[in-house]
Amino acid sequence: MTREDIIQPQNLVYAKPSLMNDVGMHYCPGCSHGVVHKLIAEVIEEMNLADKTIGICPVGCAVFAYRYLDVDWLEAAHGRAPAIATACKRLWPDRLVFTYQGDGDLACIGTCETIHALNRGEKITLIFINNAIYGMTGGQMAPTTPLGMKTATCPYGREAELHGYPLNITDMAATMPGTAYVSRQSVHNVAAIRKAKRAIRKAFENSMNGRGSNMVEILSTCNAGWKMTPLKANQWMEENIFKLYRLGDLKDE
Amino acid sequence: MSKIKGAVIIDTDRCKGCALCVAACPFGLLEVAPRRVNRKGYPYVIQHDDDRCTGCASCGIVCPDGCIEIYRTKTED
Repeated sequence: MTREDIIQPQNLVYAKPSLMNDVGMHYCPGCSHGVVHKLIAEVIEEMNLADKTIGICPVGCAVFAYRYLDVDWLEAAHGRAPAIATACKRLWPDRLVFTYQGDGDLACIGTCETIHALNRGEKITLIFINNAIYGMTGGQMAPTTPLGMKTATCPYGREAELHGYPLNITDMAATMPGTAYVSRQSVHNVAAIRKAKRAIRKAFENSMNGRGSNMVEILSTCNAGWKMTPLKANQWMEENIFKLYRLGDLKDE
Repeated sequence: MSKIKGAVIIDTDRCKGCALCVAACPFGLLEVAPRRVNRKGYPYVIQHDDDRCTGCASCGIVCPDGCIEIYRTKTED
């Protein structure tokens, strides 16, 4: 059997999701954002909600997410995505409303919006990309940076005395009465990607069924900011980040 | 005995050569093309041996840029 016999439309098992545009993504090679974009596109496609989805873009590396996925998007001011998502969902209760935010957006400048939107039990989903660093601005320390990690603004490693402790906002969200589903996943290998997809699907289903607010944290790599190759960054994340941030469902009601 | 055969098509213009798929392939069939770059100046990945591919889709799932299309079929020999 030749290669041409195998490459037939009926044999296709995996391809770029049809909701993902052909425009090339601006992310660095090996960035986890691309994988999460694909998962979101696949889940929306499987749920048949392409016409009913409103995504809210953050400020950060994912600021151009509206160029890559073919659904409706709104661009929020820095950190204010959960507030805009609240308005969207209250005005269009039958829509799937989700925000896509990084750790600088969700856990630093937007902490107030995040915590209050989750605690009010808005029927939205927050996709939280946690790469423990400010990727877009060149690798500065973020609230989520683990102790001891070296960044541009803590070149000797993060110290609790000087910089305080890492903020675990997903664990905080799990303790709130307004949240329905809080999960922490990663996308460093095939098994983890499949699990992350299930978590995103569950969160989207919950928000469509009006079951409180949902948050899915995706532990990601920022190989450019961490100054590593994509493979090395995945290994480093497994060894160092997973110790601090426990993977799995934190709350499922 | 039936055998599962797979094939991949890599969009080399979209590929950025991050090599996550090279590590994800269980048979080690992919490699970054030596001393070549695409029109954006990135190195890109090619499949150097397509005989042993089973179309497991591991490379496609881990690809952050969605460059890989995977086909799979069963052969009877």
